[in-house]
Amino acid sequence: MPSTCQTRRKILKDSFGIDTAESQYIVALAGNPNVGKSTVFNALTGLHQHTGNWPGKTVNNAQGSFSHRNKHYLLVDLPGTYSLMANSVEEEIARDFICFGQPDATVVVVDATSLERNLNLTLQIMEIYTKVVVCVNLIDEAQKKNIRLDLEALGNKLGVPVIGAVARTGKGLNELREAIFKITAQGCPTRPLQVAYSREVEEIVAKLTPKIRELIGDTFNARWIALRLLDGDKAFINKISRHLGSDAGLIPFRGAAE
Amino acid sequence: MPYRSITIPLSKLPVGSLCQIASLNIEGLTRRRMLDLGMVPGTFIECVRRSPSGDPAAYRVRGSLIALRNENADKVDVYPL
Repeated sequence: MPSTCQTRRKILKDSFGIDTAESQYIVALAGNPNVGKSTVFNALTGLHQHTGNWPGKTVNNAQGSFSHRNKHYLLVDLPGTYSLMANSVEEEIARDFICFGQPDATVVVVDATSLERNLNLTLQIMEIYTKVVVCVNLIDEAQKKNIRLDLEALGNKLGVPVIGAVARTGKGLNELREAIFKITAQGCPTRPLQVAYSREVEEIVAKLTPKIRELIGDTFNARWIALRLLDGDKAFINKISRHLGSDAGLIPFRGAAE
Repeated sequence: MPYRSITIPLSKLPVGSLCQIASLNIEGLTRRRMLDLGMVPGTFIECVRRSPSGDPAAYRVRGSLIALRNENADKVDVYPL
C-alpha cells in the first residue's frame, strides 16, 4: 500500500508543494546534471515540460504522473546534482526531498559514458535509504565510445535493480516501470551496498547509531544521521530537529559526536 | 606504483600530458565539489586544452571533461607522469 500517512502528505505539501492523491506512489528522479533525467521524466510521464537551455539546470521541481499495471505514480524530477552534501540550493532541494519527502522509490539516472563519476551520487542516495532503482541512461552513446557495460554485475555489486536505457528512443523504459512497480507495489527488498569508512569512523558510528535510533526511531536512517553528525553540518541537524519536532534532543548530541 | 616525490600544481601541467593527483590543498565548498567530481588523490588527470589566455583549462577526469580556473588548479598538487 502507498503510505497513507497523513504526516508525509502534509510534509510533501508544506515543504515541497506537492499534492498527492491517496493511492499514488511517490517516485523521485535524481541524477547528475546532463544525464538525460528530464528525457526519462518526459518519456515516463508523457508530460512535455520545457526546461531552459542552460546545461545542467532543472531549477523547477517538475512533477508528472504515470500509471503502470493499474498502479499510479507521481514522478518528481529533482534538480541535477553531483552530490547530496548541500553545497548549493539544487543539492539542498534534492537531499531534503529524498530525506524528508520519503519517496516510495528513487530512480537514480546515471550516464553510461561516465559511470564512475555518477556512482558517487548513487552511493550517497543508497546510504539514506534502500528503495533505489538505478537507470543507466545513454547506453547508445557508451556503445559509440566503445564502452562495454556489465549491468548485471553492476546490479549485483550495488544490490539494487540496474536498468539500461536509451530514454531518447524509449528503450528500457518498460523495464524501468517494471522495476519501480516491483520496489513500490510489490515491496521487493533490495540490499544496497553501504560504503565502509575508516575503522575510527565506523567505531564512532557504531556507538552513535543505537542512541540515535532510541531518539528518532525508524523515521530516518540512523547510520546516515550518525555520519551527518560527524560531518558537523549544523544547518542540516537543525533541519532534522525541526522535522522531528523540537524535543527530539539531537542538538545536545553534537557534543557526543565530537 | 613507482615512487614519485616531485609535485607540481595542476595549473602548470602542459597540454596533452598526464598526471596523478597527490593532494588537494583547498578547503570548503570547492574541495567538496572537486571530490564529488571524482578528483581524489591518486586519480589520473590529463590536460586536454587551454583557453587562449591560458586560463581556464580543460582537464579529463574519469572520462569527463572538466574546466578549472587556474586559481583552483594552482591548489591541486599532482605528480606529472
